[in-house]
Amino acid sequence: MTMLQTSAPAPTGTVRGPRPARRGAVIATAVGVLLVAAPLVLGAYPVSMMTRMLAFAVLVLSVDLLTGVTGMPTLGQAAYFGVGAYTAALVGVHVTSDGAVQAAAALAAGLVAAAATGWVAVRARGIVFLMLTLAIGESVHQLADTWSAVGGSNGLAGMPPISVFGAALPAAGFVYWWVLAVAALVFAAVALVARSPYGRTLRGIRDNEARMRALGYRPALARFGVYCLAGAVAGVGGALWAAQARFVSPGDLGFEVAALALLSVVIGGSGSLWGPCLGAALVLLVRDSLSAYVGGHGALVLGVVFVAVVFLMPRGLAGLARSRRKEVRS
Amino acid sequence: MTDLLAVSGLRAGYAGTTVLDGVDLTVPAGAVVALLGRNGVGKTTFVHTVMGMLRPYSGSIRLDGRELAGAAAHAVARAGVAIVPQGRRVFAPLTVEENLRIAAGRRRRGPWTVDRVYELMPRLAERRANRGDQLSGGEQQMLAIGRALLRNPRLLLLDEPSDGLAPAVVGQIAEVLERLRGDGISALLVEQDLRLAFRLADEVAVMRKGRIAHRGPTAEFRSDRDRARALLGVG
Repeated sequence: MTMLQTSAPAPTGTVRGPRPARRGAVIATAVGVLLVAAPLVLGAYPVSMMTRMLAFAVLVLSVDLLTGVTGMPTLGQAAYFGVGAYTAALVGVHVTSDGAVQAAAALAAGLVAAAATGWVAVRARGIVFLMLTLAIGESVHQLADTWSAVGGSNGLAGMPPISVFGAALPAAGFVYWWVLAVAALVFAAVALVARSPYGRTLRGIRDNEARMRALGYRPALARFGVYCLAGAVAGVGGALWAAQARFVSPGDLGFEVAALALLSVVIGGSGSLWGPCLGAALVLLVRDSLSAYVGGHGALVLGVVFVAVVFLMPRGLAGLARSRRKEVRS
Repeated sequence: MTDLLAVSGLRAGYAGTTVLDGVDLTVPAGAVVALLGRNGVGKTTFVHTVMGMLRPYSGSIRLDGRELAGAAAHAVARAGVAIVPQGRRVFAPLTVEENLRIAAGRRRRGPWTVDRVYELMPRLAERRANRGDQLSGGEQQMLAIGRALLRNPRLLLLDEPSDGLAPAVVGQIAEVLERLRGDGISALLVEQDLRLAFRLADEVAVMRKGRIAHRGPTAEFRSDRDRARALLGVG
């Protein structure tokens, strides 16, 4: 190994050779097939669990778009997730059971909520930005907790099962497939944005905002844009969450959710998009399933996992894949 | 020759201190002016102020007659000023190609394209898939130059392009800059490396305690060693 490494200069221009790319496609396809096939082999509870993981992963995706891609660590996305969830539930109760309409309404609501609150937040950087987003999250949580029109602290119940394109979804597996399809769509859209020239701009802002200004960019506009986009994504995640739970309560958008979303990004490897989605699944698994086996101390396990990740794999789950790839190359 | 950049009475500094204390300096169109001076006299502060990264207390910065003093950096950039910053400051996690594409994203109309930058500096083409932090100092400097060129600037600000580079590498950078000068680029070159400055500059300005203490043709400055020693403290 050492000999191989010292035989540099490494071949240039082949960093993204065809082989890792093809392997990535194979893994992505395999994961996709497994996700689609899951309801055929798993029982109702694991499937509903996975549905929640997918919805939560969409929220985490929006956090990664801000935190990992643009360098804006946030605790505010749970608020827009909640706005989306409440919007979807209200549409479900009062207007229509159509899942697509609910998701579209949640997307719009998340976008508008992020635009209304984000123009203040994006002016700040780093820890101040983090605290502002925390304040936004807590305010929205407080609003949900006290506003009787959305059920106050009792939450919003009575949402009928969703339908898709006019057809009712008879079993948990069908809701799962709907959520999976929407989550995959959102993931593809966010990944496209991250690879586009706009995504490049965002990464440039993350690395050196002053330099971007000297290159003629206006980082403030791009930061506001991505904040609105992330709000819309989180809103869709909320609609998916509501579609599964059919009940929304202030707890769904509290500080704990925001913190777990940020934790998922760190565990998964910020900026990679797929890593944080994996992190989201892991975090929910520990909190909701493993917790029962450790006497309800799921939070403690999460804390240990977090410390272990920070020390053992500073780039998260995504970083493991990357370092393996590097070894293969050299 | 008309002046492309005309700075007069420029005062600027940080949090109450005054670093630039009334700088008057012009860069004629198509000329390379070297700005020399000892450490800490305000050369980089001057460059940052022209670029709009630091707001001046008073004074005027005109680019082809248009007032830029007090304008934000992105506005100065869009008016046609590009900077090759001291210490290169390339985007470390992004590839060479991405670094250049970002610069090309807000480019003014003009001859410079990513392909032409690769043509000027083939080394960058070989390294196009490498990340910014995987490059040598010289390659990073080339990348920083390419990034600035892609803005198709009317005026190029070069802040110590030789900084931290081995002499042989400085030679490579000098060749690149010499070709640009041959194309008629207008530039303000801040340098500590006198040989590089003399090789590239049409005129020399020396800064001292936040003011321009001397200004004249390069050849004249070179021939008067005593004055150079007095102004710069070097032989």
